Amino acid sequence: MSAAHDADTAVAHESRTGDGHESRTGDGHESRTAVAHVPGPRILSGSVLRTRGGRYSLRMQGRTVAVTVILLVVLVAVMGITLTTGDFDLSVGEVLEALFGSGGGAADFVVNTLRMPRLVTALCVGAALAVSGAILQSLTANPLGSPDIIGFTNGSATGALVVIVVLHGSMTQIAIGALVGGLLTAAAIYLLVVGGGLQGFRLVVIGIGVSSLLLAANSYLITRASWQEALEAQAWLIGSLGNRGWDHATAIGAAVAVLLPLALLFARRLSMVEMGDDTARALGVNVRASRTALLLISVALAAFATAVTGPIWFVALAAPQIARKLTRSSGPALVPAAAMGAVLLAGSDLAVQRVFSPALLPVGTATGTIGGLYLIWLLVTESRKSRA
Amino acid sequence: MTGTVPPTARLRAEDLTLSYDQRTVATSLDVVIPDHSFTVIIGPNACGKSTLLKALARMIKPQAGEVYLDGAAIASYRSREVARRLGLLPQSSTAPGGITVGDLVARGRYPHQKLLKQWSAEDESAVAEAMRQTGVLSLADRPVDDLSGGQRQRVWLSMVLAQQTSILLLDEPTTYLDIAHQVEVLDLCADLHEHKGHTIVAVLHDLNQACRYATHLVVMKPGGIVAAEGDPSQIMTEELIEDVFGLSCRIIEDPETGTPLMVPTARRRTAAPATS
Repeated sequence: MSAAHDADTAVAHESRTGDGHESRTGDGHESRTAVAHVPGPRILSGSVLRTRGGRYSLRMQGRTVAVTVILLVVLVAVMGITLTTGDFDLSVGEVLEALFGSGGGAADFVVNTLRMPRLVTALCVGAALAVSGAILQSLTANPLGSPDIIGFTNGSATGALVVIVVLHGSMTQIAIGALVGGLLTAAAIYLLVVGGGLQGFRLVVIGIGVSSLLLAANSYLITRASWQEALEAQAWLIGSLGNRGWDHATAIGAAVAVLLPLALLFARRLSMVEMGDDTARALGVNVRASRTALLLISVALAAFATAVTGPIWFVALAAPQIARKLTRSSGPALVPAAAMGAVLLAGSDLAVQRVFSPALLPVGTATGTIGGLYLIWLLVTESRKSRA
Repeated sequence: MTGTVPPTARLRAEDLTLSYDQRTVATSLDVVIPDHSFTVIIGPNACGKSTLLKALARMIKPQAGEVYLDGAAIASYRSREVARRLGLLPQSSTAPGGITVGDLVARGRYPHQKLLKQWSAEDESAVAEAMRQTGVLSLADRPVDDLSGGQRQRVWLSMVLAQQTSILLLDEPTTYLDIAHQVEVLDLCADLHEHKGHTIVAVLHDLNQACRYATHLVVMKPGGIVAAEGDPSQIMTEELIEDVFGLSCRIIEDPETGTPLMVPTARRRTAAPATS
């Protein structure tokens, strides 16, 4: 039915968009005359930046860039409000002076010791969780494939609880315990899944099972704890940005500085793997190695984030999905996801600090509440989709 | 099963042992794909024909034996290098949600691209040419989700063509298509074979389509055994079909093309008519 119809629209379309195409690919490559420049309908969405001679070229999606810029603007606003308001109000000028080393004693203390490390931690943890979730959701082709759903987060909690309850460790040791717990859990899930090929649905289902097992183990550990340890454990389990200093900020900052560029390096491969293993392999992607590397990056990001703040729910689950919906991207859209994660966590932390001001609410309660609602919405829409 | 094919063919398999889901589907399998042929592999279900195709494309690793591409073991190539020489249309692929036709076909350029060279003029012309060949150029800005099954298959085929490989492997390219779209896809393959000199290897289910389009037919039977290979009009016999499919049939001449046409023999009417 379509052949004749297609031919007609082809002609109409070509004459309509021929000019737009010329201006779109820009002036850069017309000098490259080896390839005839045939004006035709535009093929790609978005635009192409290309150097003269065509040695380098980048694809850009206007909408993705716009969304990222807007998120960064929001992020700067959140940062501004976080640094200037609170028990001790500061002007923007005072904050900048404090940041760049010429501020007075009180402002310097409030900005550099109290607010800034907490803010940097929030930004990095938010970005880390969001990218971790984006990668896992893409690998599993499932919006539920996020580190907090498939057990990595509960594994980190088990690690932390073992250090608190059994080993009576310090804060740093708790963080290391969480890191080790998260990585070991990921390794266990990987071994359980890998027998049947690293398929998405299997990973999610096994992950959910492992997550429940670990939750039971965590509850048991708390029942074995003393009153004091149980309080400490519970405080850790709720996920908080309170009392986070520069050692926390630098730890997660370093992890993000290493892992985020790695994730971006693999992003193109990730979008190829989304089309199915066979298709990706046929296009020259080393699927097994790429999947393993991406899984490792994702696990490490989640484990570092959880080690620093305790379990923070919802960011890894929702940030990538919201970013993807806003950008209408057909790929994993890691950069907007990272920005969205940072905005969500820094924004939630600002909300719990200022809106519920005297109550010292941990940020985990805010993200957990929004996360529960989001999860209900997600499950309802997904089940409606699968029934349709 | 001796070939008149020279052993210098670009793509050939030697002494393959193949397994799928821990089940051995073929042992000591030798197949040579003649250059510039339209080779069709047919056989009953689970005879290992798709597994063979996957091994030829390096999708799966043979238990033993070797696939040779351009004179070297295919396992010795880098993944991208294989993808620059040989394209595969798998049985099923997933289009990322919301992707446009143009963006999807453009992904076929992946093996030719670099991190900082994401869209060259060559990419643009290769993709436009691939979409023109399959008649989907006018659909470039449409979401793939909106297309019909036949259109979608042409889009996937364009993606493989955009790879610009002269060897194309197609794993059941007509499955899930209605008869008109099946013919459309096969005609397209025949055009690519005749006019562009592509070597095409396709797994098909329909014997008569296979006989009509193939210049070289490989008939496999369970156990991954090549029962016959060669020009369809020379190898297609009633005995072969009986042997491979366990089906008694007559072979007549296709009134359109003169190629062999397989007609199953009529069901024996032993039962009395229902009305009497």
